[in-house]
Amino acid sequence: MADRETMTLNMGPQHPATHGVLRIELDLEGETVIEARPIVGYLHTGIEKNMEAKTYTQALTMTDRMDYLAPLSNNLVYVQAIEKLMEVEVPIRAEYIRIIMTELTRLNSHLVWLGTHALDIGAMSMLLYCFREREKITQMYEFVSGVRMMASYFRVGGLTDDVPDGFEERVKDILDTFPAHIDEYEGLLTDNKIWRNRTIGVGVISAEDAIDAGLSGPNLRGSGVAWDLRKSKPYSIYDKFDFIVPVGKNGDCYDRYLVRLEEMRQSLRIIRQALDGLPEGPTKSSDGKISPPAKYEVLTGMEQLIHHFKLVVHGFQPPVGDIYHSIESPKGEIGCYLVSDGSKKPYRVHFRPPSFVNISAFNKLVAGRMIADVIACIGSIDIVLGEIDR
Amino acid sequence: MNIDMWQTFKSVFIAIPTGLSITFRYLFRKPVTEQYPKVRPKFEDRYRGLHYLTRYSDGSERCVCCGLCAAACPADCIYMECAETPSGIRYARIYEINELRCIFCGMCEEACPEEAIFLGHEFEFSSGDRDDFIYTKEMLLANYDKIEKERVAKRIKPMIRQERFQFKKPAAPIGH
Repeated sequence: MADRETMTLNMGPQHPATHGVLRIELDLEGETVIEARPIVGYLHTGIEKNMEAKTYTQALTMTDRMDYLAPLSNNLVYVQAIEKLMEVEVPIRAEYIRIIMTELTRLNSHLVWLGTHALDIGAMSMLLYCFREREKITQMYEFVSGVRMMASYFRVGGLTDDVPDGFEERVKDILDTFPAHIDEYEGLLTDNKIWRNRTIGVGVISAEDAIDAGLSGPNLRGSGVAWDLRKSKPYSIYDKFDFIVPVGKNGDCYDRYLVRLEEMRQSLRIIRQALDGLPEGPTKSSDGKISPPAKYEVLTGMEQLIHHFKLVVHGFQPPVGDIYHSIESPKGEIGCYLVSDGSKKPYRVHFRPPSFVNISAFNKLVAGRMIADVIACIGSIDIVLGEIDR
Repeated sequence: MNIDMWQTFKSVFIAIPTGLSITFRYLFRKPVTEQYPKVRPKFEDRYRGLHYLTRYSDGSERCVCCGLCAAACPADCIYMECAETPSGIRYARIYEINELRCIFCGMCEEACPEEAIFLGHEFEFSSGDRDDFIYTKEMLLANYDKIEKERVAKRIKPMIRQERFQFKKPAAPIGH
């Protein structure tokens, strides 16, 4: 037909289904998407630049605010990068608590993903159920660190403080109740006809395309590539734990959903193992040049007081050099590239945010599909705009 | 074809009743929501809310205006000016916290070598005027006197009890 023409539709940045301030330009032919161009930058806060003006410890608080659904994963990649650069040894108890907390973070992030994704497609009650369970995890955050979301709980060389009494019981409570809730989600969605019709065969990306686009995390594993940094390049003490890396087959929204649900189960397995093996001991590095002395010693000893002053005001000075460290965040591979000029402030910090790389493959997911599938795809690739724009 | 039919059968006769039974069961369960304005939420011991400045048991301020909290603050929200009493005791003539800049990270209470500043459990301090969020020394002390004193008496702040951690003296002096 001669009068066929494409229409450009602007979606976002203020759109409830874009999970933040994502703007997408859609070229449409009727209801079919010809091309989708994600346009980012509406939430740019200059986190990386800001970090250059703060000491290493102060800059930690900014990492929480990138992927605000997984703050402790961001903390972990940042402190581990510095620890790698300075060759700091972290006490084993601190490592275990870090693992427990980051795996809880994974549950937290996946729960928000599942709730909002299902809400976008029309399953309203999922959001309420998921946020109910998430409440328990944010309570855990508050219990150990004092804040429900921006925990800033990890420090270079260990943790802010040891976990309070009763930590084990509360984690066990989550472990005992959580599997039943996952079964509930599965009961509501997995075999549901509407859910299957909206997700099966939607947003397909092949394994080759996914690797070419640099996808990571559940988006890559949904396409059948068993690449998980916890297994493929173990950091921290992940090599001690027994868990499997779930993979999908078709690389569609439904497979990514199944992968993430299975990941939640595997996270629970890791937490259980970590809790069983949780050793006693210090939670801060014994290196006095990195960790400040204990508070009661600061209050009583002159020398410790001076060390405390020096550490707070001047911080620590990593050696001149640069380092790249990456871990498996709930969204995928989060990397931290850090350049040190030997002063108390980082010369440059750059993050490789998984959401940013994952959204770059968006056109491949939706091109040729109907416009309603765009919503399903945005939800399915699980982005957080705070992390994309930084 | 067979698989398709089985799938249709499953979604009509198994999946929908399963899903409905899950939601139906919640009719008979206790709601998990909290009735916030009527019922005040309970916080964990470590909760970080509005700051307060503590006093010694004789009523004098603990803060000696060393400036370590301001140095540790990532948001630069603490401002202070020092003075001395005639007997030579340092104190903060002006001590202000801009609660709008504050990110409640708790680094000031971690840094304080005098146990003078803490983050308390108060959280309802909204206002329509930005100037109301500059908390002066008097307001922070009043927060302690009126609300937080009882909690501090129990010494439940985490910073004060770090028994597990054994500090080792560094081999060489710190710094540059």
